[in-house]
Amino acid sequence: MVSSYMLSVLTLICINIVAVAGLSLLTGFTGLFSFGHSGFMSIGAYTAAILFVKFNMPYWAVLPLGGLAACLVSGIMYPTLRLKGDYFAIAALGFGESVRLIMDNGGNLTGGARGFGGMPTLTKWPEALLVAAIALVLMRNIIRSRFGRTLIAIREDKIAAQSMGINVARNQYLALAISAFYCGVAGAMFAFFMTYLQPSMFDVAKSTELSSSVVFGGIGSLSGSVIAAIVLTSIPEIFRPLMQWRMVFYGLALVLTIVVKPTGLMGTNELSFGFLQRFARKVISVGKKNSQATTKPKGGK
Amino acid sequence: MSTFFQQIINGLSIGSVYALIAVGYSLVYSILSFSNFAHSSFLIMGAYTGFFLISTNLMPPLLAIFIAMLVSGGFAMFIERFAYRPIRAKGGKSLYYIIASLGISIFFENFIVAAIGANYRTYPSLLPYKAIKFLGLRISILDLACAGIAIFFLILLEFFLKRTKMGMAIRAAAFDLTTASLMGVNVNFLLSIVFLIAGFLAGIAGVVLGIKYTVYPQLGSLTTKAFIGAILGGLGSLPGAIIGSICLGVIEACTAAFISSQLRDLIVFLILIIVLIFRPNGIMGVYVDDKV
Repeated sequence: MVSSYMLSVLTLICINIVAVAGLSLLTGFTGLFSFGHSGFMSIGAYTAAILFVKFNMPYWAVLPLGGLAACLVSGIMYPTLRLKGDYFAIAALGFGESVRLIMDNGGNLTGGARGFGGMPTLTKWPEALLVAAIALVLMRNIIRSRFGRTLIAIREDKIAAQSMGINVARNQYLALAISAFYCGVAGAMFAFFMTYLQPSMFDVAKSTELSSSVVFGGIGSLSGSVIAAIVLTSIPEIFRPLMQWRMVFYGLALVLTIVVKPTGLMGTNELSFGFLQRFARKVISVGKKNSQATTKPKGGK
Repeated sequence: MSTFFQQIINGLSIGSVYALIAVGYSLVYSILSFSNFAHSSFLIMGAYTGFFLISTNLMPPLLAIFIAMLVSGGFAMFIERFAYRPIRAKGGKSLYYIIASLGISIFFENFIVAAIGANYRTYPSLLPYKAIKFLGLRISILDLACAGIAIFFLILLEFFLKRTKMGMAIRAAAFDLTTASLMGVNVNFLLSIVFLIAGFLAGIAGVVLGIKYTVYPQLGSLTTKAFIGAILGGLGSLPGAIIGSICLGVIEACTAAFISSQLRDLIVFLILIIVLIFRPNGIMGVYVDDKV
């Protein structure tokens, strides 16, 4: 039996998948680490909620508009990308906090620290699944396009990419804008899932959760990020009593992942049919009896 | 007018503490070229060690402060040894360093919350809450002590870097780590020393901030200000980190007094963006391009 509680966890997983897919493009494929993407979620969430409640716009219109708002605001980060060094990481940290402060001091428009309510529950699991599926298909196409390959070149070697005639700052900014759009849409979905918004929902911890999903899953693997988002969203639900220690384990796991296996769970592999085949073959040749337990694709060998 | 000068003095006092943090951060940045977000955990380590040693009255406060510095210095060395060195051995990209350092700062901050508690703790008063009157301005002894401690340690660091053989090795490594190692500098030992210094300075800054405000797990987030100060001054430059941090302290104090204390952090961030647009090299104009 599937309880409504499990369906709401499924919805939350789908929302996080949308946000993590966006961040995967930025961190996994472009090599920029952000500590402020909850700020973009916050902008998307508040834009969507305000447009819906105060201007009576329909649900399906405010989702992309929330993303668009986050995308536009990401423009202020552009100057940090023109510079070499860690300017972006620090600016992102400041950005996330600034957004939270603005929402806190937004007066009647955002409801301030008291919060903003009045949205009905419109993000249920079918809607969330649909949006997550569209987001993933689009992202897969972006990554496989010429633009996606450009980003990977930048991640691997900025100077070499530049010598090949790639405009590094412009492409990095495009990746940032797309990731901001994704996070904005995820935030808008979140607004109609929680039906109530508070600036403190989008704090540094939320940004960390998103970024750590990308790192765990594999820097440079979209499906890895998705798997990590599913696991990392459901684990806290299973271990509710350990709430306080959750972030402790997040931090520790982040350090251990990078120190032991910097490429993350999936490395740069994608969860595809071919990958499963190769993986199954490897398991069969290594394991003797356990191989039957692993998922063996139909066309194996 | 006198309130203006009053704010300048407040700003100089907090700015000099930011400078202590920013210098350690800049030192690490100049050698390994990554933002060490774990710097905040060195600060918390110092603040909490100092708090427990002083509030339990085990030893005289000055000794307690010294031990707090040692503990956070040792902690920084430990982090370098067990987190950054393995990454370096794998030919670490700066992205990996950044993620590891973020992981450490998240781990440590939340570990304090979960193990010790999120509540605010006040240091026992070490200094009288008196103010010296000077030319119509009130300068509190606490502010004076903050600035004094900061300036003392900054001069000590300057002496170490400019007058000792180890200091010369550090400056050489900041210029080019590979060449320095070819010239016979033991890079592992050198990095241990650099992190020890960064930890020392962050630890003393933690104690000072703990005395000035209170001790709480999110105290480490003040290092963000020091990072911004370092950028204002020019990322990777030590004098720049000091000047940038002091400017930031003054700007903060003036914003809080004349505009709004709630918008203080927002304005700091706006200044960061404006500086990055118009003068990305910072005040000291250090801008190192990536080396091929």
